[in-house]
Formats: sequence, C-alpha cells, structure tokens
Amino acid sequence: MSSKAAARIVGASALGLYSGLVLAAADPHQLNLPEPQSIIAQQIYDQHTMLLWICLAIFIGVFGTMFYSVLKHRKSLDYPAANFHHSTTVEIIWTIIPIFILVGMAYPATKTVIAMKDTSSPDITIKATGYQWKWGYDYLTGEGEGISFLSNLSTPKAQIENAEPKGENYLLEVDNRLVVPVGKKVRVLLTANDVIHAWWVPAFGVKQDAIPGFIRDAWFTAEKPGTYRGQCAELCGKEHGFMPIVVEAVTPEKYAQWVGEQKTKLAATTVDVNKEFTMDELKAEGEKVYAANCVACHQANGKGVPGTFAALDGSKIATGAKGEHINIVMNGKTGTAMAAFKHLSDVQIAAVVTYERNSWGNATGDLVQPSEINQLRK
Amino acid sequence: MAAVDHDIGHDDHEHHPTGLSRWLNATNHKDIGTMYLWFSFIMFLSGGVMALTIRAELFQPGLQIVQPEFFNQLTTMHGLVMVFGAIMPAFVGFANWQVPLMVGAPDMAFARMNNWSFWLLPPAALLLMSSFFVPGGAPAGGWTIYPPLSVQMGMGMDMAIFALHIMGASSIMGSINIITTILNLRAPGMTLMKMPLFVWTWLITAYLLVMVMPVLAGAVTMLLTDRNFGTNFFNAAGGGDPVMFQHIFWFFGHPEVYIMILPAFGIVSEIIPTFARKPLFGYSSMVYATASIAILSCIVWAHHMFTAGMPVTGQLFFMYATMMIAVPTGVKVFNWTATMWRGSMTFETPMLFAIGFIFLFTIGGLSGVICAIVPIDIQVQDTYYVIAHFHYVLVSGALFSIFGGVYYWLPKWTGHMYDETLGKWHFWLSMFFFNLAFFVQHFLGLAGMPRRIPDYALQFADFNMISSIGAFGFGFTQLLFLYVVLKCIRGGVKAPAKPWEGAKTLEWTLPSPAPYHSFTTPPIVK
Repeated sequence: MSSKAAARIVGASALGLYSGLVLAAADPHQLNLPEPQSIIAQQIYDQHTMLLWICLAIFIGVFGTMFYSVLKHRKSLDYPAANFHHSTTVEIIWTIIPIFILVGMAYPATKTVIAMKDTSSPDITIKATGYQWKWGYDYLTGEGEGISFLSNLSTPKAQIENAEPKGENYLLEVDNRLVVPVGKKVRVLLTANDVIHAWWVPAFGVKQDAIPGFIRDAWFTAEKPGTYRGQCAELCGKEHGFMPIVVEAVTPEKYAQWVGEQKTKLAATTVDVNKEFTMDELKAEGEKVYAANCVACHQANGKGVPGTFAALDGSKIATGAKGEHINIVMNGKTGTAMAAFKHLSDVQIAAVVTYERNSWGNATGDLVQPSEINQLRK
Repeated sequence: MAAVDHDIGHDDHEHHPTGLSRWLNATNHKDIGTMYLWFSFIMFLSGGVMALTIRAELFQPGLQIVQPEFFNQLTTMHGLVMVFGAIMPAFVGFANWQVPLMVGAPDMAFARMNNWSFWLLPPAALLLMSSFFVPGGAPAGGWTIYPPLSVQMGMGMDMAIFALHIMGASSIMGSINIITTILNLRAPGMTLMKMPLFVWTWLITAYLLVMVMPVLAGAVTMLLTDRNFGTNFFNAAGGGDPVMFQHIFWFFGHPEVYIMILPAFGIVSEIIPTFARKPLFGYSSMVYATASIAILSCIVWAHHMFTAGMPVTGQLFFMYATMMIAVPTGVKVFNWTATMWRGSMTFETPMLFAIGFIFLFTIGGLSGVICAIVPIDIQVQDTYYVIAHFHYVLVSGALFSIFGGVYYWLPKWTGHMYDETLGKWHFWLSMFFFNLAFFVQHFLGLAGMPRRIPDYALQFADFNMISSIGAFGFGFTQLLFLYVVLKCIRGGVKAPAKPWEGAKTLEWTLPSPAPYHSFTTPPIVK
C-alpha cells in the first residue's frame, strides 16, 4: 500500500473527525476545501491539512489517555482511587509544549497573511460593488479598462420555488460572469452601495467584505482556465442567499477577444440621451428593469410585502409628483430597505419610473425621458 | 426583644410567603434560582422551535416552508434568544442556587436586587418575542445586528434593542450580587483559594459581565440613535463607520463567549472530582487558567472580523492573541484528564454529561484554533464551519454542562433522586443527535456553504438533510429532559444529604432538599 493511500485510510477513519481527502468540486460529499486554484488558496489548503494532522494527534493523545482511564480506572473494577492532586513539573510541561506547537502553526500562517495583503503592482484592477442583491463590476485599469456590467443570479424563480427541476449550477449561476485572464495578478477593489456584502471565491482563497463608503482590496491570480463559483458571505438582507459570484478564468488570447466583444457591445448600446422614447418603448424596457431590480421587494404585482416592503400599486410616491418618484429611485430612502439605484443608466431609470407610474392600477400617463434623468445627475 | 424573636422566627424554614407572592416578591436565593432556571428552559424551547423551523427549511434545497425574510428573522432571533434568554440566565440560576450553598452563606448579599434582576427578564423577553408581530417583523440582520443592515429593519429592531438594554441591566445587577456574595459572605476559614471552582469561575465571569455589558448597551444605543434620531455613528455617508460597530460589538461579544463557557468549566470541575473520587488535579492552575482566559478574551475581539479588512499588523496581533487562548484552555482539559486518571470512577448521568462536555468541547476548541489562523479563517468565516464550531462550544459545551449540573444538584434541590435510566437515555440521545446535526456542518462549511442562507446549491443537499434529522432528534430529546426533571420534582427515591459518594463541597453538608434559608449558622471551613 502506498503511503498516500495509507494516509487516506487513516484520515478517513480517524473517528471520522476530519479528512485529508481531495475531492472534485461540486461533489455532494465533498469533505474538504475546494481544490485550490491560486497560490494563496494552495497555501491555505496545505496549512489546513497540516493543522488537521496536529489536531488529530492531540485529540488521540488526550482522549486516548482519558478513555483508557474511563475503561480501567472504574469503581466497578474495584480500582482504588489515588490521591494525587498536584504536580508543578507536569503543569509547566503541558503549558510549554502547546506554546511551541502554536508557534509552529503561526509561522507559515504569518507568511501567508503578509502575501495575502500584498495587492501591489496588479496587472488588472477591477472594482466589485455589492448591491442588494447583485454584484457590479468595473474594470478600472489594465486590459479591458472601461468595461462595466452588473452580474445577477440567473437561476429562474421557478426552480427556487420548486416548480421546475433544479439545474446543475442551481443558485451558483449568473447572467454576466466576471472574466479574467489566467496568470495575471487581478486586484479587486471592494465596496458596497447599501449594506455590507462579502465577495468570496473559495477556489482563489479570497473573501473580503464590501463595505458601503469604504474601499477594501484583495488579489488573486488564477492558475488555469475554468469557471469558479462563490457566494456573498455576509448577511445582506432577504436575498443574501441569491447573489452568487462566478469568475471565468480564460487564456490571455480569449480574454483579449472577450474585451473586444465587450467594447463593441458597449459602443452599440450607448444611446443618445436626448433621444425621445414612446410610452410603449419605455414601458417595455421598464418592465425588464423592474424584473431585474425591483421585483424582489415590490413584487411583480406591485403590491410589495405588507408591513415589510411598500406597495407601488396606488402608492403616494408612484402616483404623486414625478420628481419625488425619480428622486427616491435614484437616491433611495434612508432608514428603509429602499436603496439608491443611481448606478442604472439614464434610459433604465426613465423606463422603470415610467413603467411604475403606468402599470397595475397606476395610470398617471406620465412619460419620463432619459434626458430628464441626465439633467438631474448634473 | 422583638428583634431577637424575629431572628429566631427566620430560623424556621417553613416560614415563608406562599402562593403568587412567594414568587413575585421572592427574595430567597433558591426561589429566584428556580425561576431563572425555568425562565431559561422556556426560552430554550422557544429558541429551539426557531432552530427546528430553520432546519426544516434547510432539509431540502429550494424554498418550502418559510420565505427568506422570515428565515432571516428566525436565525437572528434564535441567536438572541439562546444567548441572552437561555444560556446566560441558566448560569445565573445556577449561581443563585449554588453560590450561597457552596460558600456557606444564608442567602445572596442583595436579596431585593436579586428579585429585581430576575423580574426584569420576563418583560425583556416579551418585548423581544413580540417583535415578531409588529410591522416589518422581528430583527432580521443576524444576532450580531451589524449596521447598515440593522438600520433598514422595522420597529422590531428597536424593540430588540430595548430588550437588550433591559437584559443587560439585569445581568449587571446579577453580577454585582454574585461578586458581593462571594467576596463578603464566605464561611469563616474559606479563603479565596479554598473556594470551590464553580464559585471561582462565576466570580471571574461576573467581573467580565460588569465590564462588557455596558459596552453592548453603548453600541446598541448608538444604533438606536442612528435609526431614529439621524445620528451617523455607523453611517459612512455622514462621517461614521459601519466597521466601528463591529469593533464595539465584538469587544462585548468575545468576552460574552467566555461568559457562557467559564461557569460551564466550573460545573464540570465540580462533577469530575466527585465521580472520580479524587481531588481536582491542579486546583490553583485551574484558577489561574480561568483568569488568564478572561483577560485574553478582552484582546481578541477582532478575530471575528478578519474579512472586514484590517492592516497586516492588526490581523497578526489578533491571530497570535487568539491562539494564546488555546494554552490555558488546554491546561484545563489536561487537568480534567489528570483528575480522572487513576480515580475510582462511576458514570452517573452528571459524569456522562461532564465527559461528553470535555470530549465535544475539545473538538470545538480544536476547530477554534483552526479558525484562529487568519488564512484559514478567510475561507471558513461566515460559513457552516463556523456554525459547527460555535455550536460545539455552546451546545455541547455550555448546554451539556448545564444538563450535567442539573442532574448533579437535582437531589439537593428537590430532595429526590432523578430517574437514572432516563437520565442516561437523555445523555446518549443528546450525544448522538448533536453530532449528527453539527458534525457534518464542518464539511458543508469547508465545501463552501455560507451561513444565514435559506436555500443552497445542490452539492450541499445530503449533509443538510443529515443535519436536519439530527437537529430534530436533538430537539425532541430535550422533552425527555423536561419529563425527567418534572418526575424528580414530583417524587422519587428520597435523596440523602450527600447522594454522591465523592462529593466534598459544603452544600452536601445540608439535608436534601436544602433548607429554605441555607446556612443560618456559618459552617467552619478548615
């Protein structure tokens, strides 16, 4: 038997405590950290394995002794009780030895912490912004500079509500993936729009809170092409479980190609802010924007969730003054769950306000043009 | 000589108020202790129902039973209720019953304040629980109530904040009472270093409580004014800092963890020597270890915030300080093992729970060391791994010691022996189901399942199902505990003054049940 196989058997059988088995990602019986895909993740993985072995040794030492005692030093076996209750030597020994073990654990951890924090000289810098409840990505510097998009959960609601069978990547799939080239140092700047979120991709060993009003950073270098999935790790409200992160690491050539496509798409979708839209155009676009941004709280029928999320159907805001309605959509309302949606485009804001003012029972007949939103931003 | 007559009258243990006023106007440490324990048991069942609803939702992927916003209310309230309603009051109940008995005092030092500190709790609990029924529902931002999320909540959050204020005031009064009782009312001859370890651990815990509860009160008050009066303590847009809340909260929150475990160490340190029929090994090192754990617990708070973003030096400092706690904690485990070594052991229910405690708490301690390593913590923070870790220290730690303590002292409290067979069933079922529920959560966390989510990816389905089965088994097992306790109160074999052969502390010198006024003449400790 090879020593590796022997180690596996020992690891798996040791009271089922922990195990050093390496299993493929998405294995339903995965016992360990996912297979590491970056230097940092590899170091974390190795240190975790080392710690498990140390813990296992301590565990066996302590409980081997204790259970030997439990089995042998029993009154039912007429074992007479000893009367010792003190030994300074022994006490000193079992205070000193753990200190040395801890130093042994801390040394490699310290080196990794210093490496994790070194976000200097990146090849590409991407800002990730947490929103309730999606991620926004802006490529700030390096190849792809200027690319910007939102990344929403793409699992259909019907799957979550058990009306359809669940897909392979249930809850771990998004409409727009974060694409990065392999072998390049990617620095991620993190912030949030509303509450604290956390950006976590286990395969890269990166988890960093995204805090509104502050910028934090982290870095990773993907080692080989692939799709790596993670989730928001900080409770951020009711859809916290539904804002995954999907990173696609591609070869540099493919990355250049992707950047080209994005740039073309960006140019094509840039519309003249002064273009006038018809009611039908705005409502059609507005419905899409509503479904992507508003429906989670205000619901498809505009009725909200009584007591928790306000209704729009027949509400004072959505049927009252237009300016107030636009203001609340763009800037949110402090002290409530209503977040600011300034990050949407002029067309999107104009469309969604128009949609809300002319849907369900609301029939104000108001038309909001993108140019009005554009004016307000100045 | 009316005053003298009065004193003699008080020696009569049957002379006490009856009916409702015995409880409402209670000044007797035993009556108040009993109320604390029942209160905590009711809260334990309430928090348990919430936990089981959570586990029922997580039984399968997809949303079946509750909607996400209500799910978040349940996780939040489960945490608040268990920490502030179940575990903490249970230990105060133990202190009320046992501290006067173990130091040879007639009662607690401040009898009326004792009444007040208990009777603050039911209104606070009512306020907390009724937040479920107000518009917006109960707080849903996690028991850690981090802003800005907690600023978004409805008025349920304000109710929870007031409830925390009241519970904090109750804890501070209870602690002052315990400190004063221990320092002033010890029997002649009982020097500090002759006190039973349970008394020592509570003395240190009480100091921790007095120190950190006001910090929590400050944090939640700032949150309250941010929510209602336009202040910006935690709002970056107004010059505040949301992370500052986390620092203040955890400056309370980490010592709080030890507030919930130090008295457990004390109970276990009483049970082990009794059933090993051998004195506790390394008594003085146990005292020093408890004190050093308490001091270290005040300088490790930011290990809850490794992913919040901190300078390298900050992360390293908090990592080293956290790892240091393993040393005194290790000393305790080694000392308990050495106490058992070459003893003459029997395994009644209290002993089973004490050994179960050491075994499972050590697993929680080892996973704690793993969590202390910053790079590993980056992976497991806010995942099911952390859930597993703190349930190993709080359920199989704090709660198991409470069960052990109840079985250990029930004969003294009720005058009857409990049903040993059923007690053992309670232990083994708890042990089995607890591990079924929580061990697999280590795997879920390592594989990448975040905590506080109502639905999860398909790869986590099997372990979640196992965990839910374990949780339900564990929950229903506790009804057996209720039955055993009720049965013991109503009758059973008459308990002698000292039902445990190896017991040494003062409470066993009194008859069972203990007389209403405990020691009316102080015993002499040599």
